[in-house]
Amino acid sequence: MVKVAILDYGAGNLFSLKNSLERAGAEVYIVDEPSGCAGYSGVLLPGVGNFDPAVKKIRGKNTIFEDDILGKIPVLGICLGMEMFFESSEEGIEQGLGAIPGKVVVLPSSMKVPHMGWNSLEQSRQGRLLEGVQDNSWAYFVHSYMVKPEDPGVVSASADYGTSIPAVIEKGCIYGTQFHPEKSGPAGRLMLENFLTECSR
Amino acid sequence: MAGGRVVKGLHFESLRDAGDPVELAKKYSDEGADELVFLDITASDEGRGTLRELVRDVASVIDIPFTVGGGIGSISDAREILRNGADKVAINTAAVKDPSILTGLMEIFGKQCVVVAIDGKRVPGTDGRNIFGTDAKYWFEVFIYGGKKGTGTDAIWWAGEAARLGAGEVLLTSIDYDGTKNGYDIELTGAVAGSVPVPVVASGGCGGPEHMVDMFKNTDADAALAASIFHYDSHGIRWTKEHLRGTGIPVRL
Repeated sequence: MVKVAILDYGAGNLFSLKNSLERAGAEVYIVDEPSGCAGYSGVLLPGVGNFDPAVKKIRGKNTIFEDDILGKIPVLGICLGMEMFFESSEEGIEQGLGAIPGKVVVLPSSMKVPHMGWNSLEQSRQGRLLEGVQDNSWAYFVHSYMVKPEDPGVVSASADYGTSIPAVIEKGCIYGTQFHPEKSGPAGRLMLENFLTECSR
Repeated sequence: MAGGRVVKGLHFESLRDAGDPVELAKKYSDEGADELVFLDITASDEGRGTLRELVRDVASVIDIPFTVGGGIGSISDAREILRNGADKVAINTAAVKDPSILTGLMEIFGKQCVVVAIDGKRVPGTDGRNIFGTDAKYWFEVFIYGGKKGTGTDAIWWAGEAARLGAGEVLLTSIDYDGTKNGYDIELTGAVAGSVPVPVVASGGCGGPEHMVDMFKNTDADAALAASIFHYDSHGIRWTKEHLRGTGIPVRL
């Protein structure tokens, strides 16, 4: 059984994510320090909270997460978890983890913010996370910010919400979803299973 | 819900049993429901808290978002519900009595977790801020304690105020239409959805997919909630969504 860690960095509700991963066949541990992520086959950064306190908590007093985990073993960032992979966010003043060049910007003001609800995913390239997921599958979003990668090639699916929102990103063994796969029905379940498959490689 | 069972009433009364909440949650999630809403409708009235274990049991069997409301009177009540796996808490009576709870919840959990549930009902006269009717004038009053107590507050104004204070979503129920199966309250829903900057979920009166179509075409509401038509198997969720898609409304199937 593949062993993964959920890094708990604050206010988030981890119950659903833990449950979904267990139903997908993983052994799931919740760890509250980046150093606790060592020894697992994969790490998940769940998706609720505020950019500055979250990134501070992950960076801590050292760079263990950036040096030993991110880019070395599969990591899936969900929502804010994905946003932290980038260099900066309009939500805060702290530097991001910087694993993916680009920034995080607020959603267009012409739309209702936060964007809450189901939206369909337009796949732009074949990604590992999306293996077997039908094009135009729906996913559940709850967010006020979106990522803007410098290299559009890291985006494997997008959603339309007044503008094109990068919804799934992949760079090496770094994965991110702007939506919540643990709340996205059968399509989300498949993506979590695909992530666990990457973890067990 | 009442007494740990799923129930459905008419104008918030004459409750009828519909089944076990965990079994129903699993069934609706599997059939393609986009979200579930659990309201412990007797909680506030009887002054007891919502059932934490039930929330946990439901969260364990579904993989779609769900909102829990009824009897949530404090931030610690809300934390308990969210920690046990709910995605959002719906606040009704407590927010009317002390609106600052919405701001407190937003600051801790984020506005995406905070739903203001509003039960509105037509009352004759011109005491509200938004007056309807040409000859006989009326307005929409907010009712609390499961529809039992009027507040003198205008429902359309309150929706906007609640959103300004921190609610990220409005769950709007028409007491006049609830349980009638005659369709949604287009007038109330349209007025609220047209004036608040957050998503509005319309509730009360759905008797079939044609009512959802009518509501989506005539208001800016973002979602339609239905209970009876699913509880008593008159319409399946998938069948309902196929009907919606057939009329050009984008839905997840």
